[in-house]
Amino acid sequence: MSDTHPVPVPLPTERSCPFSPADGYRPLREQGITRLELPESPAGWLVTRHADARALLTDPRFSARQEGLVPPVPTELRYAAPAEPGAFSKTDEPTHSHYRKMLTGYFTVRRVRDMTPLIERITREQLDVLAAAGPGADLVKTFAEPIPARVMSEHLGVPEADREPLQRHVDALGKISSSVMDAYNAIVGLGEFFGAFIPEVIGNPGEDLVGDLVRGGRLDDKELTNMVSTLINGAFDTTGNMLGCGAFALLQHPDQLAVLRQSPELMDGAVEELLRYLSISQFGASRWALEDVEFGGRRIAKGEVVVVGLSAANRDPERFEDPDRLDVTRDDHGHLAFGHGVHQCLGQHLARATMAIAYRQLFDRFPDLRLAVPFEDVEMRDDHVHYGPRALPVTWTNDTRSPAR
Amino acid sequence: MRITVDRELCCASGQCARIAPELFDQSDEDGTAVLLTTAALHASQLDDAREAAARCPSTALRLIAWNERNSA
Repeated sequence: MSDTHPVPVPLPTERSCPFSPADGYRPLREQGITRLELPESPAGWLVTRHADARALLTDPRFSARQEGLVPPVPTELRYAAPAEPGAFSKTDEPTHSHYRKMLTGYFTVRRVRDMTPLIERITREQLDVLAAAGPGADLVKTFAEPIPARVMSEHLGVPEADREPLQRHVDALGKISSSVMDAYNAIVGLGEFFGAFIPEVIGNPGEDLVGDLVRGGRLDDKELTNMVSTLINGAFDTTGNMLGCGAFALLQHPDQLAVLRQSPELMDGAVEELLRYLSISQFGASRWALEDVEFGGRRIAKGEVVVVGLSAANRDPERFEDPDRLDVTRDDHGHLAFGHGVHQCLGQHLARATMAIAYRQLFDRFPDLRLAVPFEDVEMRDDHVHYGPRALPVTWTNDTRSPAR
Repeated sequence: MRITVDRELCCASGQCARIAPELFDQSDEDGTAVLLTTAALHASQLDDAREAAARCPSTALRLIAWNERNSA
């Protein structure tokens, strides 16, 4: 047990490679659990090793309740109040499971498999949008962002007309550089949407997830709103950025893309590897100690915040051989990109299926797809909870479904 | 060896059904793990069973001796 607490250092955020975690994680991971400087808050702790991350995220002595968490990076957006009823991702057991188990049946491996035709159709339609926009089009706006958002909207029963405004609100709330006013406007916008949407579903529940929740009769308006809001938050920004970032990484690793073309059966493994390699939850997952805890040779005091650097853990050389290499043939899927423990991503199988289907169709239809701008000119969302390219201009000469052929 | 599932611990992540679909399914109602076999595992099933248990985010899966009583 070491009681010598080193000087706290801020969460690393500077990257020398757009696909790699911030450079500052590497020396910290060698030290084990380290003291973390938290903006405008008492110092906390940073976990960067894979084994420590797994252990911490399954340890019930650490809480995910919102009221004890603080932002790990400088931002005006702080949420000090307990999560509202239904906002289960920021709660502990048994509240967390009470709500989450009403949803888990909609995101099982089998349910997601049944959604394959839906994902395939939406992907086809978005690739038509990309084709119509022509070479030079932005893959983020035409492909990465709309596909997962449309899939989740149909699953939930959210009208297509509401999708883009919702996307903007989710984006503003996930952006650490948003002002309090930006966030306020987004919350007002979300409030207006739910204020109309929930009563509408209650009056006329459809054959979709929210319709089912309403028919179940176990939730009041507020709980319904917060649960659906949690789902929208968890689906729009996350898979969208993963799709964009993964496409960027594959285009920048033509050898890996060639392997994938040669052996399409590697796609599911490639998706796992992209999740590991890119780990787009760039500020990690945070918990706080419910009591004094001895953990990983450190004494963590009650109330102290621990940030789990998921991206660093997914590059831990103790866990992954040659961790900094993107290898679509890697047969090791123990990454923590979806987190770990009971809060592990609810929509993970949907995210996987969406990525596999979307990449397969994208590279089948545009076999010579490439960046339309120099690699260095692709700007990354370093100011968002979920990391990915802000825009990804692409070009091609061969559209295998072009009606002109 | 055989597998046991602690339904109280299970958080319905579906890792097991993804990794070893021949051994696990998920309940339609709440997604929690459903064992497709409670018999002793074949040697050919052991790797998948171990992987599923290792990946389970809520440590709900255990591999025990086939004749051991379920402690849960």
